[in-house]
Amino acid sequence: MAGVIRRRARRQRLFRWVVLTVLGIFFLLPLVAMLEFTTRGAGGGFSAHTWRLLVDWPKLTETYPDLSTGIRASFGLVLLTVALTLVLLVPTVIWVRLRLPRLRRLVEFLCLLPLTIPAIVLVVGLAPVYAWVTYFLGGSPLTLTFAYTVLVLPYAYRSVDAGLSAIDVRTLAEAARSLGAGWPTVIWRVVLPNIRSAVLSAAFLTVALVLGEFTIASLLNRTNLQVAVNLLGKSSATMSVAVSLAALLLAFVLLLLLSLVGDGRRRTLKKEIS
Amino acid sequence: MTASPVAAEPVGAAARHGVPVRLAGLRRSFGTTHALDGLDLDLAPGELVALLGPSGCGKTTALRVLAGLEEADAGRVLVDGEDVTDRPVNRRGMGMVFQAYSLFPHLTARENVEFGLRLRGRPGARRRQRAEEMLELVGIAAHGHRFPHQLSGGQQQRVALARALAIEPRVLLLDEPLSALDAKVRVQLRDEIRRIQLEVGTTTLFVTHDQEEALAVADRVGVMRGGRLEQLATPAEIYLRPATAFVADFVGLSNRIPGRSGPDGTIRVLGQTLPLVAPDAAPGTPDAPVTALVRPEAVDLLPAPDGDARVLAASFLGPISRVSVTLPDGTPVVAQVGSDRLADLTPGTPVRVRLRPAPVALAS
Amino acid sequence: MAVVTTMPDPGAQAPGVRPHPARRRVRLLGVVPFFGYVGIFLAVPTLVVAVGAVTGDDGGFTLDNLARLGDSYVLAAFGRSILLSAVTALLGAVLGALLGYALVTARPDGLLRRAVTAASGVLAQFGGVTLAFAFIATIGLSGFVTEFLRDRVGIDIYASGVWLFELPGLLLVYAYFQIPLMVIVFLPALDGIRPQWREAAASLGGSTWQYWRLVGMPLLAPPFLGGTLLLFANAFSAYATAAALVSQGSPIVPLQIRGALTSEVVLGQQNLGKAMALGMIVVVALVMWLYALLQKRSAKWLG
Repeated sequence: MAGVIRRRARRQRLFRWVVLTVLGIFFLLPLVAMLEFTTRGAGGGFSAHTWRLLVDWPKLTETYPDLSTGIRASFGLVLLTVALTLVLLVPTVIWVRLRLPRLRRLVEFLCLLPLTIPAIVLVVGLAPVYAWVTYFLGGSPLTLTFAYTVLVLPYAYRSVDAGLSAIDVRTLAEAARSLGAGWPTVIWRVVLPNIRSAVLSAAFLTVALVLGEFTIASLLNRTNLQVAVNLLGKSSATMSVAVSLAALLLAFVLLLLLSLVGDGRRRTLKKEIS
Repeated sequence: MTASPVAAEPVGAAARHGVPVRLAGLRRSFGTTHALDGLDLDLAPGELVALLGPSGCGKTTALRVLAGLEEADAGRVLVDGEDVTDRPVNRRGMGMVFQAYSLFPHLTARENVEFGLRLRGRPGARRRQRAEEMLELVGIAAHGHRFPHQLSGGQQQRVALARALAIEPRVLLLDEPLSALDAKVRVQLRDEIRRIQLEVGTTTLFVTHDQEEALAVADRVGVMRGGRLEQLATPAEIYLRPATAFVADFVGLSNRIPGRSGPDGTIRVLGQTLPLVAPDAAPGTPDAPVTALVRPEAVDLLPAPDGDARVLAASFLGPISRVSVTLPDGTPVVAQVGSDRLADLTPGTPVRVRLRPAPVALAS
Repeated sequence: MAVVTTMPDPGAQAPGVRPHPARRRVRLLGVVPFFGYVGIFLAVPTLVVAVGAVTGDDGGFTLDNLARLGDSYVLAAFGRSILLSAVTALLGAVLGALLGYALVTARPDGLLRRAVTAASGVLAQFGGVTLAFAFIATIGLSGFVTEFLRDRVGIDIYASGVWLFELPGLLLVYAYFQIPLMVIVFLPALDGIRPQWREAAASLGGSTWQYWRLVGMPLLAPPFLGGTLLLFANAFSAYATAAALVSQGSPIVPLQIRGALTSEVVLGQQNLGKAMALGMIVVVALVMWLYALLQKRSAKWLG
């Protein structure tokens, strides 16, 4: 048979592979180059020296003290920012949905506002605020948590909001209340378990964002991973490229996990429907 | 691009009288499953045939092959005696109504209806006039300026029907057009579709999984299973004389009552001898155990103190009611009775079960 | 907030039960931490920028800072920023849309789509310093591609100067995070295109080209434009990549702001920085507002 439809499918497949190949090369080339760059030996041969050093924490600390400080600060920031974002955002968004629906627009507006304020602009305004933060809490890099929470607010809000939209929060709450639950119980034991994967996705996005943040840390003179990497770039380019690549891959794995988690949720949902 | 062969035909000539359609030996498999397994189907000019069957029986594939949206692995499609098997969908002149959400969301109802005429390069004034006529025909002339998202599901399907009819299609294809609608709208629109189809006289293929819908609108109903037709007959025949157990089971409600085969293509059930719909289907050996498929309206209940069946429950459906009873061996049986008799059939009442002497089918 | 408390709250209470004012106040307590936090770390900084932009060195009101936005070097920086953002937004939008279309023609739950989506998520968010180093390793002076082309092919890509650390370099590197961002924002719109539309258009007699001209493109135009605007705002706001890559001068606004922030030498520079920051907010807010408008339309069509 002539197969107009099959011919079109074949054309589509061809188009797909051309686009994917061309863009794939564009996107993979820098990553390959990073790998090649970090495994380049002295005489032009292969050397895993840099990567071996990267996984040898005590020796890394000794060789590049700033880098290890930056790495430690960034992981601390990841934990604190995830915690602060979730504690601040999740109960508020649920509470507003359930009890203060009139405030929903305002909360949404505030949460999405950071999208229209570039980080570089935020730093300008944050400088005086951080003078006070330093006065009360000292100059530790961990204080960047406050700024980072603002940065991740839009992404975390969208994620949590989407999670809440997917369930009937009000009916769930009414059912729980009619069974004798108080408001804290409703939020903690009823609503939260139902938006688990949305909360998880908010957390993952936060991790990726905080690991990659440079602007605010650099301009507020605090050392995090990216600041350290940038600094190191001037003296040991190889190591800084290696750390960059490692951080990139870590974030990729996290987001891939996230897509699998989201998928799992959809699959259970489908099963419930059918 | 604008002048397709369809556009060259005289306006309305084909549509007024309807054209014959023949699907011959269609085969189509997806991997190892056979969606179409040698399907043969003939539609008479102006006829409305409903394809009925469970999901996966191939009814939608059959419609899509006729539309040209899918290609068969083997077999031919003939419209008005002309082989269109290798003709792409946009040259077939089929009017198609999808399950839902097929209206172009950026166009108003009227612009949607005009779309096919625009592709044919009809001048604006005639296009508009034709669209107004079509919207009038489907009963939503007042909503022509609205966008699809401003219309209810039923209204959207009316517009979709108007759009399909506007191009004066040689064949009208309806792919579960009512299944996304509320029960009440569904019945209303179903009758409307039939009225319009009779008015324009276009040969129509209607695919549905809802047996009530199929029986209500079609000239003939084709019950499909496993990619082929089990039975193609008028609604009354399908219902009253199902050719196979599958048809009897799928169309209408059936009780499964154990019995034994009797002589001359009869069976004996509950002490009565009943004729079989398909005498050939009777087991060769006499007195073999069989299961009869009996419609609730063929079951009668007589309250009697010595009756060996017991009333379990009754559900009131308006003028009639359905009463469920259990036989002594535990077999559940549903009977349809006039609601005026409900008072005598309270739960626990002992009854005798009588079957009307209508032909019955056997479960496989 | 005062407005909120004076209005009845029909959704949250059983009909006919008027909430006690004290109860309502308790209910509002639940959002105090959030509003407090957002007030300190979002509202105050924004106000600092806005107020600082119209404050002179003596602490009084002045329009001098804003007037200095008209200085030729500031204007030139805005011009370059806008050019960089516009070019990379267009490039990213077109290529990202193509990639997105290639993805939706693949199986939706396939590994290909999942991997590309995850990678896009990383590359779109994770630009900054990493990206600068990635390109230094690729086409820096001793980069992988540079050396390959020089030693094996005999082409010196830097024959007419090292452009990687200047505006042309930024163009290339920005494309690297713009394309993935477009994939992320454009995929939902592509998913919203229902197969029935194509089939309906075909059954009504339309060719593939007619379908795209009359249905596909009009439907995808708003999300495409919206995506382009978002990409523009994204590039316009980006700082880290440029900071790590550009070695000399401050060709674009974010780097100018850094200059104003870190230099204590020139008096009045601090508040000029705030004026430039305000200028950035105005540009980005305008673009994001248009984006929101287009989003709303496409949500109606493709939601």
